[in-house]
Amino acid sequence: MDFGLSKKQALSQKLFKDFALNEVKPLAQEIDEEERFPVETVEKMAHIGLMGIPIPEAYGGSGGDNLTYIMAVEELSNYCGTTGVILSAHTSLACAPILAFGTEAQKQKYLIPLAKGEKLGAFGLTEANAGTDAAMQQTTAVKEGATYRINGTKIFITNGGYADTFIIFAMTDKEKGTRGISAFIVDKETPGFSIGKTEHKLGIKGSSTTELIFKDMILPEENLLGQEGKGFKVAMTTLDGGRIGIAAQALGIAQGALNEAIQYTKERKQFSRPLSSFQNTQFQMAELQTKIDAARLLTYRAAVLKDQGKPYSTEAAMAKLYASDVSMDSTRISLQLMGGYGYTREYPLERMFRDAKITEIYEGTSEVQKMVIAASLLK
Amino acid sequence: MNIIVLLKQVPDTTEMKVDKEKGTLIRAGVPTITNPDDLAGFEAALRIKDAQGAKITCVTMGPPQAENMLRELYAMGADECVLISDGKFGGADTWATSNTLGAYLATLDYDLIIAGRQAIDGDTAQVGPQVAEKLSLPQITYVEEIRSINKEKIQVKKALENRYEIIEAKMPCLITTLGSIAKPRYMHVREIQKAFDKEIPVITNEHLKLLPEDIGLKGSPTKVKRTFTKEVHKNSDVLTLDPRAAAKKILDVLLDNQYIGK
Repeated sequence: MDFGLSKKQALSQKLFKDFALNEVKPLAQEIDEEERFPVETVEKMAHIGLMGIPIPEAYGGSGGDNLTYIMAVEELSNYCGTTGVILSAHTSLACAPILAFGTEAQKQKYLIPLAKGEKLGAFGLTEANAGTDAAMQQTTAVKEGATYRINGTKIFITNGGYADTFIIFAMTDKEKGTRGISAFIVDKETPGFSIGKTEHKLGIKGSSTTELIFKDMILPEENLLGQEGKGFKVAMTTLDGGRIGIAAQALGIAQGALNEAIQYTKERKQFSRPLSSFQNTQFQMAELQTKIDAARLLTYRAAVLKDQGKPYSTEAAMAKLYASDVSMDSTRISLQLMGGYGYTREYPLERMFRDAKITEIYEGTSEVQKMVIAASLLK
Repeated sequence: MNIIVLLKQVPDTTEMKVDKEKGTLIRAGVPTITNPDDLAGFEAALRIKDAQGAKITCVTMGPPQAENMLRELYAMGADECVLISDGKFGGADTWATSNTLGAYLATLDYDLIIAGRQAIDGDTAQVGPQVAEKLSLPQITYVEEIRSINKEKIQVKKALENRYEIIEAKMPCLITTLGSIAKPRYMHVREIQKAFDKEIPVITNEHLKLLPEDIGLKGSPTKVKRTFTKEVHKNSDVLTLDPRAAAKKILDVLLDNQYIGK
């Protein structure tokens, strides 16, 4: 067992830290306050190969591994949870399923521009009546010759308003339950496709969260991703990978919050001593860093298993369950260590505190992760 | 066009701590970086490559760990990286260093050599100009902009204290660049994946066959007799003046000491 990074991974991490500090940190507060999607940051990310890290070079990617990719999400999230999730949703939920399930033609047409960062990706599974119970899809896809006619509405879609390419799910056979679900690739220019309402959220406010509306949208059958009726498998496999990305986002937010508190408590004095000299401060920080390291090990383990081609579904669920929990702990306690200033917008803690919460909800709530873990114990 | 960039790995002086008792720098544990002026010169070379195509060879002289810097340069877009490293070259001052660099560069084909103005550890600004002398090349120092370049000639903006000069030189030539010439780009994730598979030839004195008296400590005429921290005298005049007279006095002091021009 080797806990060290390879030279390539370590150098990539150095790049991510550098980029996050210089390009992501300065915009984090502004995009939160203005609820603005950071288009310029995404362009810069594309320029240095961040938008297709674990995608082979032949398909426009950077040819890195999954561990390298999730370290990028982690480092961006250190300063800005919004930027972290933009990368995670694009890579794990749009690029990855095309790489895993797409035909060669689909990879050429859709994956290459996504991995190069020329286009942005999103994933549409959730509906008003199909959240955790994802099998309750009401969007329909009716085969008409060589095309599908799609009708329905998706909600809470990350990157929705800015994405060009969507992986969406619809019922091709309502009688068959989960076996009647199929996955499709949708170009935003497709007639009958439109973006609905944009959500206003507690945190990750720069991230675009929207409805997707399909009204008699006609898709050619070449846009079916995987086989007809196998869409539920596509969705679940994709979410397994996505969970490692969200675990990394949670981890990044957790570490970022603690780093802020460490810096602040070294400078702030009360009772003529720096706050960091009080044992309460020290013990809280010691506990937090230990938990963050544990979350990091769980998250990296899931990524390494994926890289090794081994099963990682349970491990990804554990990583997301624990890292999101630690993210809540770290932002809450770090904010408390900073007292009143932590509560103000002068410091990033209040934003991090708000951003952390979503990691317990999206891409499978903490309760879903427990269901996944328990199922593996009791099978 | 063949461009050679000379770069040096240096301790990150912003992270350097001072041993308060001995008054010396504590080098252990200090991270190393690529010297900022050199990196800016490398970026200037990359921009020439982006605009009109060029082959960029990065050359450094240093201990084996300088390889780490060269891997980063590959990840930024260098075509070839060479490490000049040999225990026999150790302890070299700028004279011995430029002897060594010059001897190696004489074996290469180049149109332009770029060196950073000066390194943040030694601050001599001597290696670039000395290399140009060893190679009998025209040199332009303190370059803050390359205005035009082709295989025949280069036109640059050279910074002076309070003015600049536009200078044209025949190629091949050597320029030394200021840190302000270009903001270095980031590495590319794809190039990082490949950077560790690339060759880094290590040039030793077996290749260069220089005489012992021309290299390393023995070939270095500079002798450091003593290092010390300059004492700062805080003797200052305290004057009580009305605001108008005070403003006049401040202006006079600034003018007299040439902090500002008339």
